[in-house]
Amino acid sequence: MPSLDNYPVTPPEPRDPAAERWNARLGLILFAVYLTGYAAFVLVNAFAPRLMDETVGGLNAATASGFALIGEAVVLAVVYAALCRNPNGGRR
Amino acid sequence: MNYERSTPAVVVFLAFVLVTVGLSFYLGRRTRTASGYYAAGGGVPWFVNGVAFAGDYLSAASFLGICGMIAFSGYDGFLYSIGYLAGWVVALFVIAEPLKRLGKYTFADALDKKFDSRGIKLTAAISTLVVSVFYLIPQMVGAGVLIQPLLKFPHWAGVCIVGAVVTVIVATAGMASTTWVQFIKGALLVLFAAGLTVMILNRGLKVDPSAEAMKPQSTGNVRPSGHVSKLPGGVSETGPLGPVEFLSTLRESEVVLWSAKKDGATTTYTPKPTSGADVLRPGNSSLFAGLQKDDAAAKWNFVSLMLALFCGTASLPHILIRYYTVKDAAAARKSTVVGIATIGGFYVLTLYLGLGAMTGGNLDVSNSNMAAPLLAKTFGELPFALISAVAFTTVLGTVSGLIVAASGAVVHDLLSGFLKLPLTDIGKVRIGKLTAIGVGAVAVVLGILFEKMNVNFLVGWAFSVAASANLPAIVMLLFWKGTTKQGIVASVAVGMASSLGWILLSGDTFKDVYGLDPAGSPVPFSQPGIVTIPLSFAVLVGVSWATRK
Repeated sequence: MPSLDNYPVTPPEPRDPAAERWNARLGLILFAVYLTGYAAFVLVNAFAPRLMDETVGGLNAATASGFALIGEAVVLAVVYAALCRNPNGGRR
Repeated sequence: MNYERSTPAVVVFLAFVLVTVGLSFYLGRRTRTASGYYAAGGGVPWFVNGVAFAGDYLSAASFLGICGMIAFSGYDGFLYSIGYLAGWVVALFVIAEPLKRLGKYTFADALDKKFDSRGIKLTAAISTLVVSVFYLIPQMVGAGVLIQPLLKFPHWAGVCIVGAVVTVIVATAGMASTTWVQFIKGALLVLFAAGLTVMILNRGLKVDPSAEAMKPQSTGNVRPSGHVSKLPGGVSETGPLGPVEFLSTLRESEVVLWSAKKDGATTTYTPKPTSGADVLRPGNSSLFAGLQKDDAAAKWNFVSLMLALFCGTASLPHILIRYYTVKDAAAARKSTVVGIATIGGFYVLTLYLGLGAMTGGNLDVSNSNMAAPLLAKTFGELPFALISAVAFTTVLGTVSGLIVAASGAVVHDLLSGFLKLPLTDIGKVRIGKLTAIGVGAVAVVLGILFEKMNVNFLVGWAFSVAASANLPAIVMLLFWKGTTKQGIVASVAVGMASSLGWILLSGDTFKDVYGLDPAGSPVPFSQPGIVTIPLSFAVLVGVSWATRK
């Protein structure tokens, strides 16, 4: 743990176009996965809100799908962090 | 509602604020360079930065505003929580790494790295200032709200106190201090919210059978309210409940919500028994009332808001600059993951906090922003003092971050970048501190003017402006090689002007700000995002095509 103090200016990191491309592609794929779920959630709430009254796991679909979207964001973020590559070819 | 001052609560609260300011002085004593002031030297550990992300993001809107909306409207308020978190997906998967590689101190740095254009610096700086000020208003309103029950000061006094304290914090240390304050505050906010949720579940649900509970109220005669009127099986209380059981029991219960009707200077609040199933259903409140009806404008207004929340997070200047406080892209990525986990956990808790406030018997029906602190008061003076103090430091932290972002836009982008003034590092820091004082003063005035509006609703507007002005430029710069500097300038300018114009002409502004009939609004719905975000993208593409070489 560093001290509660200001930090020295850090030097710029080395560039690795291959790793950057991999990370960007992975990010866009996971973004598309999440966007699909989010768009479906918003459109159902807007245009078919009665569907949100169905019971799922003891909760109504509105609450259950809301919790699921929050959980999905956390899971996809962890997956992204696990699969991303850093500039010297390894994974972080 | 009349609030009573509690000495232990005041002592705990003041101790918290003094520690925060003391920490700021300690951290600020060695800030001498612009890099240290605006980006903490780029050396903040990723975990600290991640929790600080949560501290920055979980503002007065998240804590006071969302809890208040859920307490007054049920599930509709929770939709904001879902939208706010979804925005982080855009930030992590699309923006975080490339932005870290492009930038130095500010949002304009990233946009301008490829072009070195004075036009980009100018428009990006103005956009940063506009979004920061829009975002500052609800924070200041929230500060005033917190001071009222705790110290029995009027709203304006609370706004002035937070303005003064924050200006001291920012003018002493900048980003290093702000980061650590945000780290501590973010962690405490999530921990205390979790503690409060455990207490809500442990208390369970209880019917208030008194006749007094169902009496209408009016301005000047508002009493503590909010209760369950029927529980399933005819029982009078449930005892402790699990997280799923709490929601399923509430769904089968009947809750008393309150409808407000204004007549001149007097507002009358009438009890409205509502089934729990309706409370937990979208479109039951005035927020999104048209969702359950065949009202196309209301449906598109909702979609527009959710689009703005999705796109807005990755466009907020005070969030974007936090990517520059860590050492590399991997650290930016990891800190975002920590931020998402922390923020996501908190947003799940907001549903319990809001529903706990709705049924806890201590709701102020005249002010939705007070729901969370007053809920804490039902568990004793100490929880009330701790929650109020954390909420106040929440406001302090978020306002600090916003003022640092605005100060960076003025000094680094406008004075140094656009006007090309030859400023030394020490000069940049000095002018930045003076700017912080100026921006703080503007925020105080606006915070007093917007006292009665729900803070979360105001933040929704800030998201719309940020998403319309900033996101198209960032995304296209990163992913389309045909982007030109003229395209970026036009996109930021059109996105900002169109979203601001739409908001100023919206029915909600007519009603809540101008006091006019909302039917006179020339725009079909209040949330601009669904029109102005695509418009900003289209302008960027069109102008870039027209100016390509």
